[in-house]
Amino acid sequence: MTAAERVRQAVTIARKDVLLEWRGRARINAIAFFGVTTLLMFSFAIGPDARTATLYAGAFLWLGLLLSSVLALAESFRVEAENDAVEGLRLLPVDALAMFLGKAVVNAALLFVLALLLLPLAVVLYGAKLDAGVGPIAGVFALGAAGVAAPGTLYAAVTSRIQAREVLLPLLLFPLVVPVLLAAVKATGLLMLGDPMGQVGSWTQLLVGFDVVYWILGSLLFARVIEE
Amino acid sequence: MRHAVMVGTGVVGLVLLALGHGLGLFWAPTDKMMGDVQRMMYAHVPTAWTALVAYLISFVACVGYLFFGDWTWDLVAEAAAEVGLVFNGLLLATGMIWGRPTWGVYWTWDPRLTTAGVLFLLYGGYLALRRFVDDPERRASLAAVVGILAFADAPIVYFSVRWWRGLHQIQSTPKTVDPEMVLCLRLSAFAMLFLMVHFVLRRVQIGRARLDRELAPPPAAAAGWGGPR
Repeated sequence: MTAAERVRQAVTIARKDVLLEWRGRARINAIAFFGVTTLLMFSFAIGPDARTATLYAGAFLWLGLLLSSVLALAESFRVEAENDAVEGLRLLPVDALAMFLGKAVVNAALLFVLALLLLPLAVVLYGAKLDAGVGPIAGVFALGAAGVAAPGTLYAAVTSRIQAREVLLPLLLFPLVVPVLLAAVKATGLLMLGDPMGQVGSWTQLLVGFDVVYWILGSLLFARVIEE
Repeated sequence: MRHAVMVGTGVVGLVLLALGHGLGLFWAPTDKMMGDVQRMMYAHVPTAWTALVAYLISFVACVGYLFFGDWTWDLVAEAAAEVGLVFNGLLLATGMIWGRPTWGVYWTWDPRLTTAGVLFLLYGGYLALRRFVDDPERRASLAAVVGILAFADAPIVYFSVRWWRGLHQIQSTPKTVDPEMVLCLRLSAFAMLFLMVHFVLRRVQIGRARLDRELAPPPAAAAGWGGPR
């Protein structure tokens, strides 16, 4: 299969997934509301102390995002597992690498949009400061979303046809993305609270490194996950 | 031959463990700074090495299964992951018992400690996944993928936490440690290595028996009876 053909297939898969998400807007709404609810719950849990909230705005934002991501990721493969749609895709034949890239890109984009939606809420609820500008924060969001989406897509495929998938997906995914959480929370926090030591760069590099490793591993291993 | 290796590793491991731990407890000098608590080192440090070696074996076996598709790779991957998890648990337990009197806390966010904790969760997830997939071939492929991803995470976790914060003492080299302590540590390390190999071999044996039962045709088909019409 040529590279151009692969790209075309990946784009088609991505378009199909975006269309599905768009047609079923109830789902994306539900996931977004879940994220909002999580952020609210964090506020209630820590009490009305405004300073603590501002200090940990980045941490709460990423935790809310991570918890919602499990729902979004599981959903992206539920539609394929139902009626063995993934089998149909394989028989067309759709290349496994194209399928992984198409789905992982859509999942990353979904998480990125979710993060952007939660950001204003973090400003309102926690008093997060956006002095560094939304651009750099959005950059961290994109890298973090990509870091969760690559192993997340792979693990969603792994768990999609297992009864205990609701438990297994977060059980497998959360420990794996500990470096993403660390780096993304640190980078987001530094951008919100000020970065006197100039550390954001090294955390961003860590995110990039994680993304490179897991997008490559995902591309290599996805074929073995969807084979019958 | 296989039986001899299994018995041999077990016996050698137990003898070395008795020697290393016995000498470590009663013969090696007491640490000036930490006192007798330091003797925990003879159990703690070898569990870390052994757990890592076991995980490495599991990782290699996962890659091997995906390349060659032979059942033995899968059995070794599962066995080594399970044994590694046991040593990892011992590592965390002894580390906490040692950390409380030495650092004043059970748990700190030291890179090695945190990496050990994350690895424990990752391989716990790996073994949990195996329990939930019934089809042996599917289970082997999925588990191999998860095993590879889990192992690849270890160095990234380690470095990310090291940047995040650090407190663990820098590893001592044999040059800065009393030779008698080094001897006890080496004996204990080899003891655990032999025991780990022994456990893995046993676990492979158990796994093979289970697999044979799973792959065997149902009793009715074996008896030549086609079942109810």
